[in-house]
Amino acid sequence: MSFTGIAIVRFKKSVLEPQGQAIHLSLKERGETQVELVRVGRYIEVQLNVTSEAQAAEKMQNIAEDMLYNPVMETCEIKIEKR
Amino acid sequence: MKRLKAGILVFPGSNCDRDLGQSLENFFSCEVEYLWHSRSFEIQHDIYFVPGGFSYGDYLRSGALAARARSMDSLKAAIKQGRMAVGICNGFQILTESHLLEGALIRNKSLKYICRNIGLKGEGVFKDAPAGYHLPISHGEGNFIAGSDTLKRIEGEGRVIFRYSDNPNGSMNDIAGICDASRRVYGLMPHPERALLPSLDDALTAKRYGTFFFEKLFALL
Repeated sequence: MSFTGIAIVRFKKSVLEPQGQAIHLSLKERGETQVELVRVGRYIEVQLNVTSEAQAAEKMQNIAEDMLYNPVMETCEIKIEKR
Repeated sequence: MKRLKAGILVFPGSNCDRDLGQSLENFFSCEVEYLWHSRSFEIQHDIYFVPGGFSYGDYLRSGALAARARSMDSLKAAIKQGRMAVGICNGFQILTESHLLEGALIRNKSLKYICRNIGLKGEGVFKDAPAGYHLPISHGEGNFIAGSDTLKRIEGEGRVIFRYSDNPNGSMNDIAGICDASRRVYGLMPHPERALLPSLDDALTAKRYGTFFFEKLFALL
């Protein structure tokens, strides 16, 4: 069975996220007054060849902790989809 | 004096490796070996350098992929055996990503890539840095951050090695470089290997600031 692991990596709230700030500033300059905050993160898809959803989740968790995000500055949310 | 053996780790996208190697050979008579990322290496050097550049194109996070290269396993083993490692610029990012140094380096607060000479205050082994000490910086992601407990520990243990006199990138506590608890692993954003020749635009041409850095470093060996 094939699963797709999805990691959504976000900067921690306490960490300055300058890309989002720059986008926010540009939006403001375009007159978007209702935008309060913009944060840019990262979306990573990993196609997995495993036998169960539980295995996919475990594998994805390991991969994420090993490489996909840096807990000093980021958080990571993991989702598993059947494909 | 015995010729120092220096190992320079090279990753795809490293671009200060040759500058550094040439500097070590020509100014400090080191014996230099370049160590390719995909191979482990024999631990036979006195000191290891992780050079600047854009390893793996800064993909994922700067330094993240290089930190997981095979040569880094050898570097970790070398450090365990008491060898010294120094990361400059992207090398500093690689050392934080490989957990050999704490903290992380994120995008400069200004969002701009900054390439210029910058004033620094030396601390710890570099505390004798002369007044007006400066080195070139050249980075887009040199903004040092760490959790509050980690930062307190680094400060409490006196492990900051350089602070910016005029913080260019938003780094916490103006930190430009740190060392680890064993004081065997050093990381800094400025480029001492680019400050070995008398500078044309500097009245203090006799002071070669890069020399000060390497001499202090080699004195620890």
